[in-house]
Amino acid sequence: MPPSIALRMNHALPAEHRERLLRIGREAEFPQGARLFEEGGHADRFWIVRSGTVALDMHVPGRRPPVIETIGTGDLVGWSWLYEPFVWQLGAGAVTALRAYEFDAVAVRLMCLNDAEFGRAVEHWVGRVLAHRLNAARARLVDLYGIYETKEER
Amino acid sequence: MTAVPVPHRVISRRPETADTVTLRFEPVGRPLADFLPGQFAMVHAFGRGEIPVSVSSVQATGGLAHTVRSVGAVSDGLCAARVGDVVGIRGPYGTSWELQRARGRDVVIVAGGIGFAPLRPLILGALAEPEAYRRINVLIGARTPSDLIARAEVASWATAYTGVTVDQPEPDWRGDVGVVTQLLGRAQFEPEETTAFVCGPEPMIRATARELIQHGVPHDRVQVSLERNMRCATGHCGHCQLGPVLVCQAGPVVDWAHAEPLLAVREL
Repeated sequence: MPPSIALRMNHALPAEHRERLLRIGREAEFPQGARLFEEGGHADRFWIVRSGTVALDMHVPGRRPPVIETIGTGDLVGWSWLYEPFVWQLGAGAVTALRAYEFDAVAVRLMCLNDAEFGRAVEHWVGRVLAHRLNAARARLVDLYGIYETKEER
Repeated sequence: MTAVPVPHRVISRRPETADTVTLRFEPVGRPLADFLPGQFAMVHAFGRGEIPVSVSSVQATGGLAHTVRSVGAVSDGLCAARVGDVVGIRGPYGTSWELQRARGRDVVIVAGGIGFAPLRPLILGALAEPEAYRRINVLIGARTPSDLIARAEVASWATAYTGVTVDQPEPDWRGDVGVVTQLLGRAQFEPEETTAFVCGPEPMIRATARELIQHGVPHDRVQVSLERNMRCATGHCGHCQLGPVLVCQAGPVVDWAHAEPLLAVREL
């Protein structure tokens, strides 16, 4: 299973756990430009994108928040809800009109506490998403396109 | 093919980005044999030297053109060339993209940075015969929006999916941000019935090819263009040797079944 697909809830969670999770989700819609959450805020929800694009951004005083990464259909938006202190590390906004499943973080954490197997599955899924994003961020840090472009000797 | 540079006159010069230009050429005397998409030429800037450059347009469709990024003495000289200037070109060299192997199948084309240029004539070839392929997907990654080549042209392409993403967005950028492989999740293709073409920085090629394979695209249906230090381009000097392979002869375009074991060896 390729990373871009395997990380999606439909593939990452066993059917039984996925169905339990989806039962407490609700459908949410955001117009283009709407904010989902702000950096430093309480991480009390998370989303699975059904359609549209979300931009994760960072607050920088005096300038428009630079976009760190965009997230699309099938992807998880938000992981800070799973780990203390439950504070958003970045902000997020809808780049396009957005349809998503929205989940109450406290309810999901309680489900994790009450059912260890379910909890492990959720933590495994979110952990893999985090690892994938970390790898992608590292690849971008290397500035591959810059290296590629400077092979000719000066 | 000739081992001696053949004079070619620059007949148009189109700046693509701040440091990249596309030069279109016509032969001063006898023409070179027709290039195929994916092949490369040795382009000679008189008084400076010679570098390998893949074709970004071929004689058969629009005339011979090279897209050159200014990264050294020779490419600086080529980028500074004006209409009417003469450069030396020899070729065609190397292997080409095997677009015919994609007929009747889904097509996924993944370009990173200046790696877009060698893929451009392949893309145009596929788009010229849309009925010959199932779904055509073009995925493009670049460092910044300002580094994207042919943005207007890309936006006009009638594909099943065209995705563009950048590593470092600029303030007016409203598109995707992130690595190019993230776009694979949005492309429309049936992996077992797909032929893929990949060109860009080697780590990007590795990551993309591996993800395509994991999707289920057969190893021998993933074609990549290898970048090595081509000097003579005729298989004599050995500068472009990659293990048992001379890239100027067996490449630059090879399928992943052959490329993967070579790229897995450090220091090759």
